Amino acid sequence: MSKLLTIEELTVATTNALDRKLVNMVSLSIEPGRTTCVVGESGSGKSLTALSVMGLLSKQLVRTHGRVLFQGKDLASLSSEDMRKIRGRQIGMIFQEPMTSLNPVLTIGFQIGEPLTVHLGYKGDVLKAKVSELLEQVGIPANRAGSYPDELSGGQRQRVMIAMSIACQPLMLIADEPTTALDVTVQSQILSLLDGLKTSMNMGMLLITHDFGVVSDVADDVVVMFRGSVVEAGSVDQVLNHPQHPYTKALLDCVPDVAGKKPLKPIDYAWLNELEVPA
Amino acid sequence: MSEFILKARDLNKFYTQRSGRFGFGTTQIKALDNVSIELRHASTLAVVGESGSGKSTLARCLLQLQPLDGGSVFFQGRDLADLPSNELRRQRRHLQMIFQDPFASLNPRMQVGEIVEEGLLIHGLGNKDERYEKALKMLKRVGLSESDMKKYPHEFSGGQRQRIGIARALVLSPKVVVCDEPVSALDVSIQAQILLLLKELQKEMSLSYIFISHDLRVVRHIADEIVVMHQGKVVEKGSIQEVYESPKQEYTQNLLEAIPGQKRQAA
Repeated sequence: MSKLLTIEELTVATTNALDRKLVNMVSLSIEPGRTTCVVGESGSGKSLTALSVMGLLSKQLVRTHGRVLFQGKDLASLSSEDMRKIRGRQIGMIFQEPMTSLNPVLTIGFQIGEPLTVHLGYKGDVLKAKVSELLEQVGIPANRAGSYPDELSGGQRQRVMIAMSIACQPLMLIADEPTTALDVTVQSQILSLLDGLKTSMNMGMLLITHDFGVVSDVADDVVVMFRGSVVEAGSVDQVLNHPQHPYTKALLDCVPDVAGKKPLKPIDYAWLNELEVPA
Repeated sequence: MSEFILKARDLNKFYTQRSGRFGFGTTQIKALDNVSIELRHASTLAVVGESGSGKSTLARCLLQLQPLDGGSVFFQGRDLADLPSNELRRQRRHLQMIFQDPFASLNPRMQVGEIVEEGLLIHGLGNKDERYEKALKMLKRVGLSESDMKKYPHEFSGGQRQRIGIARALVLSPKVVVCDEPVSALDVSIQAQILLLLKELQKEMSLSYIFISHDLRVVRHIADEIVVMHQGKVVEKGSIQEVYESPKQEYTQNLLEAIPGQKRQAA
């Protein structure tokens, strides 16, 4: 199958210390209609990987090596204007914090409509109809289009974020911990919503999470990151049920299981250091 | 002594919220609606529920950190509300709390040693050297070292700060510890360390825990009994095994089904 997005040997460092690699030689790829989950602890570089795809790295960080190919095009070679056309149009993005990533002084209808106006030139009644359709699609009644973000619950705000990110029918969606701040019941609704959209729109999805439960529910492929490097990658069955790398095994051992039968075993970092896990 | 170290009967707590046009009206929100719980000696009672279910209000009310609008809390058979204030203060060393956010619950201007010693100082336990020794012993027990006592909270990672929070609560040798989401801000790997530490300390110090959490996977590992809350009410309670294996209420069933990781038979 053709690859939608290919990340090749991506390396990100801080501008004042180019040898401090926060993301180190990361390679992964995403196919249409499939979900790739990137898992790892805080500081493992998973969010930075996503941000570099979108060209949204902060000024203190710089990509020192590697390429990001979207449909065969190197994203770094694009002008910022061309990149803007891809960002939000062909690659949608959902951030972790639904509370802070919406503009509090604009109605949700306006915010969902904005990418449609900017990228596709929708306006007037057509725009209104499309916004209503998107709201319905994510399970919010269309008459809430005039509401402001603070009038919605956390789960509803995350649905608004999803509506915004899929407004232009992107080929790919990047979701950075989309359900971390939400209650379990809401989380399972949001995850099945994303899963449904992936299938119905044949989107490729890059989902960043630290929750192995989420991984096992929605992932097709899994990439495990540790200290900026990919330590293991493969299909969800392979990685979760037959992990090869000691770090993956250790990480899986500290996930509490629902049955409560497996004893918890914290990660022994000293032991991992001895194994000379690439850092 | 009865087998229950802490009992709460018919707790009620209301919040008044402005409502209506321009906020001229008021509505009452029942944060706790006739909540009764019993905590067995040296065991763990988990309180689970979604945001807004009243579980954190319950934690604060149990420790008399917030006034109740009805009901009573009995600690070792005595109604906390009946105690004169100086006696309540004395009892507080036996009722400690571990907070959710290790970044917000430690005073950034105090050294770790001072933070842990402060409770001893307030309760007038021991002289200067004894306090230092006690704090040091507790910090070592939770995995920190003597040199850490002179450091400030910002010099530590989230997991280490949670260890400091645990040391601060346990240095007083309390009997009941209310843990309000103690691991939800931590990575799974750190979460496992802290859960195991809490379990070990429970055994060593025969602590009774009230463990507030929204994560049913974590609760399964640490608790003996469980109370499920929804909109300020207790909807189901029982032993961990009973509730997880044959939940009686639909709400509990929905919660259990929503735990991620069950769609595929993984790991």
